Amino acid sequence: MQPIVEFQNICKEYPGVVANNNVSFEITRQSIHAILGENGAGKSTLVKILYGHVKPDKGQIIINSDLATINSPTTAQSLGINMVFQHFSLFESLTVAENLILGMSEKISLSKLKSKSESICNKYGFNLNLNSPISALSVGQRQSVEIVRSLLNNPEILIMDEPTSVLTPEEIKKLFKIIKKLVADGLTVIFISHKLDEIINLSDHVTIMRNGKVVSNLTTKNEDPESLGYKMLGYKVSKTKQINNINYSEDVLSLNNLSSYSQDPFTTNLNKINFKLKKGQIFGIAGVAGNGQKELMEILLNENDYEFNGNIIFKNININKLSTFQRKSLSISYVTEQRLGHSAVPEMSLSENILLSMNHKAEFKRGDFINFDRINSYANDVIKNFNVDTPSFNVKAGKLSGGNLQKFIIGREIMSNPELLILSQPTWGIDAGSEAFIKKSLIELSQKGVSIIIISHDLDELLEVCHNISVLYEGSLSKSLNVENIDITKLGKYMGGLFD
Amino acid sequence: MNIELIIGILNIVLISTTPLVFAGIGELVTEKSGVLNLGLEGLMLVGAVTGFITLVLTGNYFYSLFFSIISGVILSGIFAFLVLNLMTNQIATGLALTIFGIGLSAMLGKKFSGTPIEGLNPYYFITISFLLVFLVSYFLSKTKSGLIVRAVGENHNSAYALGYNVIKTRYMTIIFGGIMSSIAGFYISICYAPMWQEGMTAGRGWIALALVVFATWKPWRLLVGAYIFGGVAIMQMNLQAMGVKLPGQFFNMMPYLATIIVLVFISSNKLRLKLSAPASLNIPFEKNQ
Amino acid sequence: MVYLISIKLRDDYSNFIFYLSPLVAVVLTLFFGSFIFLILDLSPIESFKIFFISPISNSYGISELFVKATPLAIIALGLSYCFKNNIYNIGAEGQLTMGAIFGGGIGLLFNDSTSIFLLPLMILFGAIGGAFWASIPALLKTKFNTNEILTSLMLTYVALFILDYFVVGPWKDPAGYGLPKSMPFPDAGRLPVLFDGLRIHIGVFFAIIICFITHIVYNKTLFGFKLRVSGLSSKASQYAGFKYKNLIFYTFIISGACAGLAGLFEVSGPIGLLYRDISPNYGFTAIIVAFLGRLNPIGIILSSLLIALTYLGAEDAQLFLKIPSAVGFVFQGLVLFFLLGTDFLNKYKVSIS
Repeated sequence: MQPIVEFQNICKEYPGVVANNNVSFEITRQSIHAILGENGAGKSTLVKILYGHVKPDKGQIIINSDLATINSPTTAQSLGINMVFQHFSLFESLTVAENLILGMSEKISLSKLKSKSESICNKYGFNLNLNSPISALSVGQRQSVEIVRSLLNNPEILIMDEPTSVLTPEEIKKLFKIIKKLVADGLTVIFISHKLDEIINLSDHVTIMRNGKVVSNLTTKNEDPESLGYKMLGYKVSKTKQINNINYSEDVLSLNNLSSYSQDPFTTNLNKINFKLKKGQIFGIAGVAGNGQKELMEILLNENDYEFNGNIIFKNININKLSTFQRKSLSISYVTEQRLGHSAVPEMSLSENILLSMNHKAEFKRGDFINFDRINSYANDVIKNFNVDTPSFNVKAGKLSGGNLQKFIIGREIMSNPELLILSQPTWGIDAGSEAFIKKSLIELSQKGVSIIIISHDLDELLEVCHNISVLYEGSLSKSLNVENIDITKLGKYMGGLFD
Repeated sequence: MNIELIIGILNIVLISTTPLVFAGIGELVTEKSGVLNLGLEGLMLVGAVTGFITLVLTGNYFYSLFFSIISGVILSGIFAFLVLNLMTNQIATGLALTIFGIGLSAMLGKKFSGTPIEGLNPYYFITISFLLVFLVSYFLSKTKSGLIVRAVGENHNSAYALGYNVIKTRYMTIIFGGIMSSIAGFYISICYAPMWQEGMTAGRGWIALALVVFATWKPWRLLVGAYIFGGVAIMQMNLQAMGVKLPGQFFNMMPYLATIIVLVFISSNKLRLKLSAPASLNIPFEKNQ
Repeated sequence: MVYLISIKLRDDYSNFIFYLSPLVAVVLTLFFGSFIFLILDLSPIESFKIFFISPISNSYGISELFVKATPLAIIALGLSYCFKNNIYNIGAEGQLTMGAIFGGGIGLLFNDSTSIFLLPLMILFGAIGGAFWASIPALLKTKFNTNEILTSLMLTYVALFILDYFVVGPWKDPAGYGLPKSMPFPDAGRLPVLFDGLRIHIGVFFAIIICFITHIVYNKTLFGFKLRVSGLSSKASQYAGFKYKNLIFYTFIISGACAGLAGLFEVSGPIGLLYRDISPNYGFTAIIVAFLGRLNPIGIILSSLLIALTYLGAEDAQLFLKIPSAVGFVFQGLVLFFLLGTDFLNKYKVSIS
């Protein structure tokens, strides 16, 4: 039987990154096909191409043996392709019925909609009240609305992007039953996931992607979580780098039973996070995006008075209630994932961006007046010491290249002599030279006794620089693994959610 | 308190608040799609003067209404182009429209000021206003196009993701609002006064804005609210005559204070806010090209 | 041939275009303005002379220019604090009114005083009145997250009704023939003029001082820095540890105080008493002045002079060209339209392929 979908040499590039690099594989009709990979593997781009949101630079897609040109979601839908997004496109204040109608391209009367959706719900076990506003529904129910909305279009292919990331275990079980039934009734399901146990339980085939390329195409029943995890990371073994031992023995930071809870279904709740950090230690927190990294960073940064249980102890001081300003005054420095618009203001000069982070330091102000001489000379020092390619400190931050900006930001923090430096995705999207420079700077910094936490989706980065790594998965932190002689299989399992 | 007095008051209230209903229902639809148009006062005045001048020049009520509406289409079209295509600040643009409209109407109307005309029976429009509220209510709650308007106002990114043309939808709601405001102006100069005088809308455009919020963006509430606002203004004159001690300005203030209270009420409870106000209100829609 | 117009957010920030666009807007306004004059059967050159040149062709005219520009500049300077922070205080007209009521009330309370402290006290209360009125939408926003645009707007009308109440009621001048106005303020409560026979008053110095202070605050203080960051990026503002709610409150208070000052200067200066029409829309026009001046203190002074000229030009146009003074509003509205339009080119790069 011919495959229902065939990707042939799909290529897509964005400035600075190759999202899809000659991706070719087939999807069998009436099967459940998983696409596995870490962040930046290219999975999202590929399915967006299939759904018509993105146009490939090169390559073809064959649907049912016909060459398909998919220009828009409407075209995709007419070819029988529908997608359920990770972040739903629902309208909060409108009812379920209204949301369903909006998802349908053809005109449909309310009574016809009712009967059609009722039959779908009955068939697959969805429990939906058509008159209820979306705001009153649980996350699982909202996803059901998204799925029913897709099913109303009589699709042949259903794409699901990380479908279980917001569901409870109960809801996941229900979802799996529904998917299996859908496939038994003739549908083909493609789903993106990084969760190994789910892929093992649900899929018939799995395609593993890394850095835009297809790494393997596997039949799931021939695999187990360990082999999948290993294959997901496999070739990394040669990439680990030897870094020096930790020279100090005092604990600088400890997180004790840190848990957080939020009403917002798209926030990951943190679950009893525990770790200790020594002086001079570089600790990496790995994991696919959406597993709690953002929430953890927010708690460490305390920009929003996030609520949480547990303790953060820094050098024997409980810093739970301290504001960002106060934590910075204690010599904790931060580099956020988003540069422009978060750790730097693009419309402001480099000098002013120094002040952005250093306004807690008395040396930069006299009363409320800014001491520009000091700030400018600090900016000059950062520019010099961190190889920032820019004519002067008056240049606006938005004009710097990604790599130079990041060197500037990290240099700004490092030169304030922090005792603890926390970075999120420090080398994403920058040139190789800047990347190498930053990694070197971090290692040198740790040798001087500064403790560093790096939260990153990029395992390469962590393996090169950290002393040890833990994996964050659905808000829980795994045991930490020493980077020196790391057990890649274990790391792979942790990444896929299978902690010891 | 006899029946005649009550009927008389009701009559006055109906006649004098109808412009609020027109302008208000137009702005309601505009805001439902996520756009805030502060230019109502300007639109009303230009509609009023255009209708007046056309009537004086042609003597024909239909032409008069027609050109009044055209003026609304042109001005609100300019507003729409600025805020939708050029993504200008909606507040500033609406303000510019109001100030420009006040000036333009005064300039155009100068030559014709004081010309007597025969007014049109206001009850035509009063009936239309009721019909309009009914139609808009039906449109928004029962038709797919109305649903699209609500969706765009609620979450323009999701609407776009589902393939709906956000810009086109908003053009239509803005121009609809412009037409409604110019009809309100037409009513004032042709049916209510009837005459032309500089600035004769006397702030009704701003009241209409308050009205939309006060009515929590629901058409029937808008109708009721318009009569409350208008009724209060009329009542305060009569209350004074009846010897009520509170100063008239106190009553005049009431609708505005009440609107503030409604605003606080619906914004402090986040859920209420979600159910009432279009979430995309005043946020420009930027398509990533 | 199919043309694709693509619009991209600019990643280069050009000061040149930023300050050029107001000039372009003014030029475009003049261009369109000449059309309007043509439609009215007037010669554009003659009309522009009457509108822009003749009002300031003598010392009296120049003095009047400053009389009108002073409240515009003071209010707009205050508003710039709010607008820089992306807070839309539309209620300056109301805050101006409350400043006039508070400060003017002091003047009426001590109606036979000759103390040199009377005027400073009135000025102080003028600022307090405006600040108080502005604190209401500020608190509603910080405590209840209520939209400040509509609340500040509604409060404008409330303030106007309060003024109305006082001038037809308790503060009505018994010797005023029943007209809705208060007693005139005592001489000690009048704003001194700078030159005999001209109406230009010491409010001008206040405008200059506020301009100077604002310049220093924006460019040299941490508070000004916090404002600018907050207006550019709320996330960066959080990263920097700045408290948004405090900033909202302070900026409202400052702009309210400025508007209140302007209101007091009007009634204690050129007007001399309290009555209904203390302001020809200054509170709203000041918004245009602030935008036209690019929220920059010097720019605001310049644009206040320009907009004041449109007020004077409109009066002269009414006298000499027999067109309504509301033509001034036409120019004000046009200049804002064009400014907003050219601002688009400032933010976005348009390319046609």
